[in-house]
Amino acid sequence: MLKLQDGIKEIIRKTATSIPRDVEEALMRAFKAEPDGPAREALANMLENAAIAKNASKPLCQDSGTPVFYARVPKGLNFAVIEKSIIEGVRLATRSVPLRPNAVDVLTEKNSGDNTGVGFPEIYFEQCEEDTLVIDLSLKGAGSENAGMFYKLPDERLKAERDLEGVRRCVLDAVYSVQGRACPPYTVGVGIAGTRVAAAALSRKALMRKLPEGAEDPRIKELEEKLLAQINELRIGAMGLGGGCTALGVKINHAHRHTGSYFVDISIACWANRRSRLVW
Amino acid sequence: MAEKKPITIETPLTEAAARALRVGDPVLINGIVLTARDKVHKYLVNKRPLPQDMPFELAGAALYHAGPLMKEANGGLEVVAAGPTTSQRMQMYEPFVIRHYGIRGIIGKGGMTGDVIRAMQEAGCVYFHAIGGAGALLAGKIKNIEGVWMLEEFGRAEAMWAFRVEDFPAVVTIDTTGASLHAQVEKLSKERLEGLLSP
Repeated sequence: MLKLQDGIKEIIRKTATSIPRDVEEALMRAFKAEPDGPAREALANMLENAAIAKNASKPLCQDSGTPVFYARVPKGLNFAVIEKSIIEGVRLATRSVPLRPNAVDVLTEKNSGDNTGVGFPEIYFEQCEEDTLVIDLSLKGAGSENAGMFYKLPDERLKAERDLEGVRRCVLDAVYSVQGRACPPYTVGVGIAGTRVAAAALSRKALMRKLPEGAEDPRIKELEEKLLAQINELRIGAMGLGGGCTALGVKINHAHRHTGSYFVDISIACWANRRSRLVW
Repeated sequence: MAEKKPITIETPLTEAAARALRVGDPVLINGIVLTARDKVHKYLVNKRPLPQDMPFELAGAALYHAGPLMKEANGGLEVVAAGPTTSQRMQMYEPFVIRHYGIRGIIGKGGMTGDVIRAMQEAGCVYFHAIGGAGALLAGKIKNIEGVWMLEEFGRAEAMWAFRVEDFPAVVTIDTTGASLHAQVEKLSKERLEGLLSP
């Protein structure tokens, strides 16, 4: 029987060397809609790059990212055992794919060389009712992670109050501030919550949702659609070269908040939004 | 707008060649490019090595903001993925690097601003925007590894690699007249943002 660590290694290889189908389809539509110019050329190069990487089984991007795992674990399976397999899978993949070693000790500045270290890779567990182990993986590049933004409402500068209109203003401000520095067209993840930690966790997990999949709540879904259209009106364009496609999708997650707090966190994924699912 | 035919560029660049380029020109870069990111920039500014202390000629060179992913192959190293990294991190070092070492081309992504644009105007240097995330595609344009500097000290991603490239695609986004496509895009997006945020 195939060991879990080999399954992990394989899902990392797939995630590093190809883009999700929904992302590829959205890039294709953006390419078709974009008139001649640098942004169209950029979209063409992205699609060509994805094809080269997939065919040669080579990483799409030299920054193979921070591996972030979300594991849904059935009853009876031990988190610690799965954690061990994930870490071993990351080690194996770093050598075999290969991945760029990205884990640096903040005290010694020494690179561990195998993409493991304190809190690296990032792993989140939740218990589930189903019988299968489901592990979602995101390879999150530093360029897009550095572009994330955080707001505490109300925000006087943005005239953003504690309501969905305030959230809209934050998201537009964030994308405008980032411009083309994080490799657009982006997927924009938004988290609304009452603590900083909850908002950040929600915004990044939102990036795992497939592009055609809107939020369950119709009010949130409407805001996602409105924001996508408005972000694209900013004309930042693919790679920030000007053009009609600055984002492929906006995904919003929300939680109940404390009466006194209202946080909006924004996570940005680059055009590739490398994510995959392993069902075990 | 009709598609522009790419201009073939040879490195090292002459001042005249750099000054002839304009924002929006698609280019295909040929010759040697030198990778330089965070640690190399910090070193070039703080330690100011002399030409005889370096294995590569920086005068007229094209610097590439990149931290390549390499692997062992056939007893040597092979470039697996080598797209551009975000140039903004080099912003505080670049004006000095351009002027002091006579750099004529910067290849990166996301653009640079202010003092860097002024240094480019004065010294005759252009910014070539490459496609972020196109690491596999761009690695294919690297035909040979000509050498490496500071490999032990800075590691593979941060060392200065001399790559021989063929038809490496990019677009000029900052030219020697001080024009910047990034500034134009930011200005338009600011107007649009103000419209979207007005009550």
